[in-house]
Amino acid sequence: MNEANTDIDFKKGLDFKNAIIDSFFKLSPRTQIKNPVMFVVYLGCLSTTAVCFVSMINQTLSFFEIQITAWLWFTVLFANFAEAIAERKGKAQADSLKKSRTGVNAKVVEGKNIRVMSADDLKKGMIILCEIGDLIAADGEVIEGIASVDESAITGESAPVIREAGGDRSGVMAGTRVVSDYIKVMVSCEKGESYLDKMVALIEGAERRKTPNEVALGILLVFLTVLFIVCVITLKFFLIYLKGGTASIDHKEFLILISLLVCLAPTTIGGLLSAIGISGMERLLKRNVLAKSGKAVETAGDIDVLLLDKTGTITYGARMCYEIIPAQGVSIDDLARAAFLASLEDQTPEGKSIVQFLYQKFNVKKDNQKDDTICFIPFSAETRMSGADLMDASGKIISSVRKGASESMRQFIISLHGDYPQSVADAAKMISQKGGTPLVVSIDEHVLGVIYLKDIIKQGIQERFAMLRKIGIRTVMVTGDNPLTAATIAAEAGVDDFIAEATPHAKLQRIIDEQESGHMVGMIGDGTNDAPALAQADVGIAMNSGTQAAKEAGNMVDLDSDPTKLLDVVETGKELLMARGALTAFSIANDISKYFTILPAVLVGVVVINGHDLLSVLNILKLKTPESAI
Amino acid sequence: MGDVILVITLLLICLGLGAVIGKYMARSLNDEKICLTDRFICRMGIDTKSQMNWKEYLLSTLVFTAFGFIFLQAVIMCQAWLPLNPNHRPNLPFLMAFNITTSFVTNTNWQNYAGESTMGLFSQMVGLTVQNFLSAAVGVAVLLAFVRGLLIKESITLGNFWKDVSRFTIKILLPLSILFAIFFIQQGMPQTFKGTITATTLEGKAVKIPVGPVASQMAIKMIGGNGGGFYNGNATHPFENPTPISNFIQLILILLLPVSCVFMLIFMLPNRKEGYMILSVMGVMLLVGIGISYWGQSQINSITQMKFLEGTESRFSTFECSLWSVLTTAVANGSVNCMHSSLSPLSQLVALFNMMTGEVIFGGVGSGLYGMFLYVLLTVFLAGLMVGRTPEYFGKKIETKEVYWVGIALLFPGLLNLVFSAIALNTSSGLSSISHSGEHGLSEVLYAFSSSFGNNGSAFAGLSANTDFYNTFTGMGMLFGRFIVIVACLVIAGRLGVKKAIVAGPGTLKTDTTVFAFLLLGVIIVMGALTFFPALVLGPIAEHLIMGQ
Repeated sequence: MNEANTDIDFKKGLDFKNAIIDSFFKLSPRTQIKNPVMFVVYLGCLSTTAVCFVSMINQTLSFFEIQITAWLWFTVLFANFAEAIAERKGKAQADSLKKSRTGVNAKVVEGKNIRVMSADDLKKGMIILCEIGDLIAADGEVIEGIASVDESAITGESAPVIREAGGDRSGVMAGTRVVSDYIKVMVSCEKGESYLDKMVALIEGAERRKTPNEVALGILLVFLTVLFIVCVITLKFFLIYLKGGTASIDHKEFLILISLLVCLAPTTIGGLLSAIGISGMERLLKRNVLAKSGKAVETAGDIDVLLLDKTGTITYGARMCYEIIPAQGVSIDDLARAAFLASLEDQTPEGKSIVQFLYQKFNVKKDNQKDDTICFIPFSAETRMSGADLMDASGKIISSVRKGASESMRQFIISLHGDYPQSVADAAKMISQKGGTPLVVSIDEHVLGVIYLKDIIKQGIQERFAMLRKIGIRTVMVTGDNPLTAATIAAEAGVDDFIAEATPHAKLQRIIDEQESGHMVGMIGDGTNDAPALAQADVGIAMNSGTQAAKEAGNMVDLDSDPTKLLDVVETGKELLMARGALTAFSIANDISKYFTILPAVLVGVVVINGHDLLSVLNILKLKTPESAI
Repeated sequence: MGDVILVITLLLICLGLGAVIGKYMARSLNDEKICLTDRFICRMGIDTKSQMNWKEYLLSTLVFTAFGFIFLQAVIMCQAWLPLNPNHRPNLPFLMAFNITTSFVTNTNWQNYAGESTMGLFSQMVGLTVQNFLSAAVGVAVLLAFVRGLLIKESITLGNFWKDVSRFTIKILLPLSILFAIFFIQQGMPQTFKGTITATTLEGKAVKIPVGPVASQMAIKMIGGNGGGFYNGNATHPFENPTPISNFIQLILILLLPVSCVFMLIFMLPNRKEGYMILSVMGVMLLVGIGISYWGQSQINSITQMKFLEGTESRFSTFECSLWSVLTTAVANGSVNCMHSSLSPLSQLVALFNMMTGEVIFGGVGSGLYGMFLYVLLTVFLAGLMVGRTPEYFGKKIETKEVYWVGIALLFPGLLNLVFSAIALNTSSGLSSISHSGEHGLSEVLYAFSSSFGNNGSAFAGLSANTDFYNTFTGMGMLFGRFIVIVACLVIAGRLGVKKAIVAGPGTLKTDTTVFAFLLLGVIIVMGALTFFPALVLGPIAEHLIMGQ
C-alpha cells in the first residue's frame, strides 16, 4: 500500500483541479436538490442574481448587490467543492486499491503442465496443486495425496489435521496452509463477484448510503431550514405591519433578507454533511480497513463488547518453542543439540521457532555441526515425525535424531526396542494439560526429552486491551482450546473474559446473549466457523487472511489482518459522529450571533423616536452600515 | 426582601407538597392491582384491563377528546334550553363555541368570552368544569405513557389510557379539588345555584352581581392547570381571589400538580438523578424568569412616570402580579391576577418566552413534562453526536424517526405561531381586533397565538378575541399546539418502548449530570430564540427600549 499512497499524493494536485471543475458541475439543480439546506442557499443565489440582472437593466446595479450575490455563489461552490474533493479522494483510494490487490496464487494442473493463476480466476472444477507451505486457494476436495494441513486460521485448532483423498477427511478450505506433503484439490466453490470489487464500488462513493445518524441529522437540518425560511418571511410581514401596512420590498431589503436567510441556514454542517461521510470511509481505508457501509463505521464507535478469535488475533496461531525439558539423566545441552539437529531443516513455523529458541537460549549454532553430513527427514503425515540422519563421509548413517508427537514417538522407540522413560511421559502429559504441545526428541532409540511448544501471545496486545478497557470496551477471547489452556492465555493476554471449547454455535449464542443484555458487540474473526458470529455481531471485522465466508459475513475487512485495528476503527467511528455534532452545535449556536449581526441591518429605521434608532442597541458589533454587517 | 421570602416560601411549599403528592401518584397510578376505581369504571363498560400499544393509546386519547369536544360544544350551544340557567344566558354561536370547546378540551382555557355574562351555570359546571378535570387527566395519561415507553424494554405496551385517566381524576384531582373548594368557600368565594345577588354600593345604588358555583370551579381551575375563570376578571375578581391568603394558596396550586408530576417521574425512575436533573433545569429557568420579570416590573414607566400600576389589581403588589404572570405562563395555567398587557415589557417578554418554548418549566399538568422530554431527546441527540456515540437516552437509541418527531413537535407549533401572527397583522380582520398600534399591538397578537399554541390560555387583554378570525385561528392554534405534541410523544414512546436498552458504559453520555442540565438549558433557550428572536425584538424588546427613552 505504500506505493499506492505515494501514487495518491502524486495525484493530489490533479484532484484539486478536478474537484474545482466538479464543484461547478454540481451546480445543476438536480444535484443541488439532494441537499435541501444547500438547495435553499442555491435558490437564494438564483434570486439575488436575478435581482442583479434587473438592476443592470435599470442601470442601478450597486457594488452591494454584486457583493452579496458573489458571496452566496461562493458559499454554494464551497460546499460543492468540499464534497467533490472528498469524492475525488475516495476515487483515488479505490483506484490504488484495485492496483494493489494481489490475490492468492494457485497452481492449476492442466494435464501435465502447471499454470500459476490468481485465486480469483479459479473456476469450479479446476484442479489445483498444493505443496508444502502453500495456502490453499479455494474450497475444494482432495482428489490425490495426503497432507497435514494447518487449519488454525479457520478452526482455531492449533494442531495440524490430516487431509487425504477419499473418505471423510477430503474437504479442504481456502485460507488453510499445507504443512507437509502435497495434495491435489478440485475446486468446489467458485469465487463469485469479488468481495474487493464490491468494496471498491462502495469507496468510490457511488453506492454510499447515508448512515442513520446522518439521516437523522439531515432531517433536523431540513426542519431548521424550514424554520428560518418562515422566520425571515414572517419577519418581513411584521415589518410591513410596523411600517404601516405598505407591502412593498426594494432590492436592497430583498437582498438583506435573503442573506439573513442564508446566514441562518445551517450551511456549515449542511454543506459538509456528505463530505464528512465520504471522508470517514476514506480515513478507514488509510488505515487499511475496508468498510462495507458507513453505518458499520458509526456503529463501531458504539460497541462495548469485543469478541476476538484467539488464533491469529491474540496469538500468532502457530505454536512456538517455549521450553525444553530433558529426560532423567540427560543433560539439557545434549537435548538442545539433538533438538536443534532435528529441527534445523524443518521449515514449519514450529521448527523455525525451535531453532531460534535454542540459538537464543543455549547458543547452539549451525557452525557446531558438519553441514554436509546431515540428511533432513521432513515431517510426514504417516509417521508424524521429522528429524535428521547424521552420516559419515561415506554416507553411512551414524545416528538419527527424531522429534514427534509423544504417542507416535513412543511407538517408534518401542519398535526400536528402546526404553520410553516415565519422566518424559509425565512431562508430555503436563505440557498437554497446560494447553501446550509436547514434542518428544530422541537420538536413535534413546529418548532425550521433550520440547514444549506453546501458542505465543502477540507482542503489545496487552497494552491494546488495556486501551480498549479504558474506552469502555470489554474483551472476550474465543477459542477452541480446553478451558485450562484458555484461562492461561486469557490471563496472559489480559482479556476480560474467555469462552473455551467454543463451537460456532457457542460463539453465536454468546453474541446473542450479550446483545440481549443490551450490549453492542464487535467480533473479530477470520475463520469460516466465525462467519455466523460475524454476521450476528453489530460490527464484524474479518481478517483479510481469513476465509471468503468470513469476509462476506463481516461488515469490515482488515487488509492488514491486524486485530488490534479495532481501536482505529472505533476511533474513526467516534470522529465521524463528533465532526457532525461539533459542526451542528457550532452552526446552531452561531445563528444566535448572526441574529445580532444581521438583524440590526434589517431593522434600521423601524423604531425611531426623537431621531434615535432604538433598535441600534442590538448592534453590539457596532457595525456602521447594514452592508458591512453582511 | 419580603418578595424574596415570598418566592422562597412558595417554592419550598410546592417542592415539599409536590414530593408527597408525586410519590403518591407514582404509586397509585402505576399500581398493578385492580383498585376500586378500576372496578367502578369497568362497571361502566370501559375496558381498564387490557394493555395498549401506542396506536391504541393515541386512538383512545383522540376518541376521548373528540367525545368531550362534541358534548361540550352541544352543551354551550344549547345552554338556553338546559336547566340551571338562572340568568337566562342565550345559546352561543358556532365559531365562538368552537373556540371555547377547543380551549377547554385542550387544557388551554383561553377565554374569548366573559364567563359571568355568557355562561349558564349548567355550562359552567357540567360543561367547562368537567373538561377542567378530564383535559388535565389526559395530559398526565400521555405523560405516563411516555415514561413507560422510556422504561419498558422490547415491549409495545404503554398502559391503559382509561385506567390512567380515571385513576388520576378520581384519586388525585377529585380529592384535591374538594379539599380546596371547601377552603375557598371559607375564604369567601361564592358557591351557590343562585344566579345573582343584589348588593348596595357605597353610592347607595343597588347592583346585581352574578354568582354561582365559583369555589368548586376555582379549585380545579388552579389545580388542573386550566386557568379558565368563572369571571372575566379571572383572579383579579374579588370573588375569584378574595383574600391575600387565597392569592398565596392559588399561587401554590398553580405549581402544585406540575411539580408533583416531576416528582412522580422521579419516583418512577430507577435512577432518580435523571428526574432531579430535569427538576433543576425547570427550577433554574423559573427563577431566572421570576428575576427578570421582577427587575422589569420594578422599573419606572417613562410614560406615566410611575411603576407599572395601570391595569393591575391594587389589592396585589406589582411583584405579586409579575410573579403570578411568570408562574402562570411557565406552568401553562393561564389564570391571571392582573392584565398582562399592563406588565412591563420585560415581564411580558418573560411570559411570552415561557409560552413560546412550549411551557416546559414544570408546564401544564403532564403536558409540561412530556414537552420537556422532547427537548431532552433533542439535547441527547446533539450532545450524543458531540461525544462520538450514537445518541441514547435511558439506553434507548435516538434514531431518525425519533429525531423526526421531536423536530415536528418542537418546531411546527412555533412556526405556525409565527405564520398565524403574520396573517393576523396583515389582514383587516386580524388588525381590527387590536387595540394598540405599533409594537404593543404586535405583542398583543403574538401573545394571543403563543397562549393558544402553548395551551396556556392566559390573555394579554386588549385584543378582542371573539371574532370569527381569532375564534378560528386561535382554535386551530390550540388544537395544533396540543395534538402535534401528543401525537409525537406517543409515537416516540411506542418506538422507544420496543427498543432494547443498551447498557450504559464509560463512553455513554450521562444524562443526569450538571453538564447535561446546562446543555438542556442551552438547547431550550436557543431553540426558542432561533424561532422567536426577530418577533420578540419587534414586540416587547422594542417596547422596552421605547419605555427606557
